[in-house]
Amino acid sequence: MEKTLNNKAWWMVLPVLLLVAFSAVIPLMTVVNYSVQDTFGNNEFYWAGLEWYAEIINSSRFHDALMRQFFFTFVILVIEIPLGIFIALHMPKKGLWASLTLVLMALPLLIPWNVVGTIWQIFGRVDIGLLGAAMDAIGIDYNYTQNIFDAWATIIIMDVWHWTSLVALLCYAGLQSIPDAYFQAAKIDGASRWAIFRYIELPKMHRVLLIAFLLRFMDSFMIYTEPFVVTGGGPGNSTTLLSLDLVKMAIGQFDLGPAAAFSIVYFLIILLLSWVFYTAMTNYDKGESQ
Amino acid sequence: MAEIHLKDLAHSYLPHPSGPADYALKKIDHVWEDGKAYALLGPSGCGKSTLLNIISGLLTPSEGQVLFDGEDVSRLPTEQRHIAQVFQFPVVYDTMTVYDNLAFPLRNRGRDEETIASRVKDIAEMLELTPDLNKKARGLTADAKQKISLGRGLVRHRVAAILFDEPLTVIDPHLKWMLRMQLKALHKKLNRTMIYVTHDQTEALTFADKVVVMYEGDVVQMGTPQELFERPTHTFVGYFIGSPGMNVLPAHVDGSEAYVEGCTVNLDRGYRGLSGSNLEIGVRPEFTHLTSGREGLPVTIKRVEDIGRFKIVRADFFGREVNITVPDGQPISPDANRIMFDPNHVNIYSDGWIVNGEAA
Repeated sequence: MEKTLNNKAWWMVLPVLLLVAFSAVIPLMTVVNYSVQDTFGNNEFYWAGLEWYAEIINSSRFHDALMRQFFFTFVILVIEIPLGIFIALHMPKKGLWASLTLVLMALPLLIPWNVVGTIWQIFGRVDIGLLGAAMDAIGIDYNYTQNIFDAWATIIIMDVWHWTSLVALLCYAGLQSIPDAYFQAAKIDGASRWAIFRYIELPKMHRVLLIAFLLRFMDSFMIYTEPFVVTGGGPGNSTTLLSLDLVKMAIGQFDLGPAAAFSIVYFLIILLLSWVFYTAMTNYDKGESQ
Repeated sequence: MAEIHLKDLAHSYLPHPSGPADYALKKIDHVWEDGKAYALLGPSGCGKSTLLNIISGLLTPSEGQVLFDGEDVSRLPTEQRHIAQVFQFPVVYDTMTVYDNLAFPLRNRGRDEETIASRVKDIAEMLELTPDLNKKARGLTADAKQKISLGRGLVRHRVAAILFDEPLTVIDPHLKWMLRMQLKALHKKLNRTMIYVTHDQTEALTFADKVVVMYEGDVVQMGTPQELFERPTHTFVGYFIGSPGMNVLPAHVDGSEAYVEGCTVNLDRGYRGLSGSNLEIGVRPEFTHLTSGREGLPVTIKRVEDIGRFKIVRADFFGREVNITVPDGQPISPDANRIMFDPNHVNIYSDGWIVNGEAA
């Protein structure tokens, strides 16, 4: 049978192409354009080649921000993934309590990010904040605007408060999909609680865990709003994560060229790491099934 | 290995059952012999899974006791009952190899690796899983996974009974038959009590020594496949077992004759005092014959279905469908307009339950 060729169908793709062009391709290309040029205003541009890239990659400012970023992401992943699993395991499986818990768990996810920042910013204040004042009252010297450790603790706890729900809800969905027969079989086999977790629940959750891990990795690596509202990157530069630094450079100092190169490097790091994690995990998956 | 005694057992999912309709399992009292294979047969919702879960300990009966060799286990948790169970959908531990799957119940019970190795080897041999021992269980076919589930039960030394909950549901048709034969062979070899839940009569009849037919929470009959076929104690058993099911017609009975729509049916036994109740006669299509002439019940043949080994004749008798099976090779006369019954295979039912007559 001969296939009918009708190239008119290509026109149907046009709206999507336009949409993607204006929403992603053109802005990205603008950034690429800035990253290879230098400007002194007045819309005058000079070719700079890869100069900005070299500068960014070698700058200690970028290295410091990158290290802070890795540290932040590492810590919140180490806390949120196990804690999310733990919460999911203890959430009621059915009945009124199940629905109620689900709503409660979903609440932090529904709050706009800058509101989350504001909540914690006020919550932690020593003069009027519930947390800050309470800490002060029991004699703990807590001040996130001046103490580096307090600042870090505050943004980490805030992120855990905001996003552990996501991990918990994903794991909960994974747990709910395990047929009862598995638990009955485990009972008959005399499996301990730990063995049930290790050999039934964890393997059945690993797909949602992969998604949770990737989402939390990408989001935390790009986090901006909440730490910006709470600490603004301070005290000093101690909580200046990559995105905060980038915005300072682009909007604060108006260094368009270096900021653009920064953006591209930042983007490539996230892309590369996501790809590495994803490939590693799916390969592990394949290895398992053989 | 154990004899299972279900003593005055009943179960209701409601906290305060008021009438028989509230019971998922109505009161039964049965002794299931050690080493026999039993099949629990019945339509969905008849209570067979409830009964199975009570025996396995996943459910605590609201009334009565379960005794294994005289020991009351009704309140014992599953893991202390020494039973093995194979579920409808294969349950394997995905991340483990077949070997580790089989070793799992023994490891949980703290056996040493040497004992485990020899035990696993024996069971794998028996279930023909030896070549797969080092493979991950996840990648195997459904029938191999079911064998692993069964194997996990069998590796333990003291297994009182092996329970199967519709184990062939997800198995490909051509493998179903093979796996069933393997189970049957295994039963002969091991001589353990096996309880097999199914809604498929072929599975039940080929697997079991005794078939327990359940209907609306009641055990309506417990017997050998032959007993179920020849003397169903309830019209439901007649309908449910056999293909097509038993012909059941409303009748009057007087002595050794029954009258159906004014026609006389001869019986080989005498019945007395049955005038008041709701009476029916039940005859299997295999014992119903087509004739022509003046004797028998007048019917109109609607259609004939040829299913290979025999033909099914669907006929109309005063608005009721009557089925007759005709062996392959035996011609169906175009004049056939009446049916006759084998007198010794006509059963009489009163309110659905069989009535035993006296020798005439």
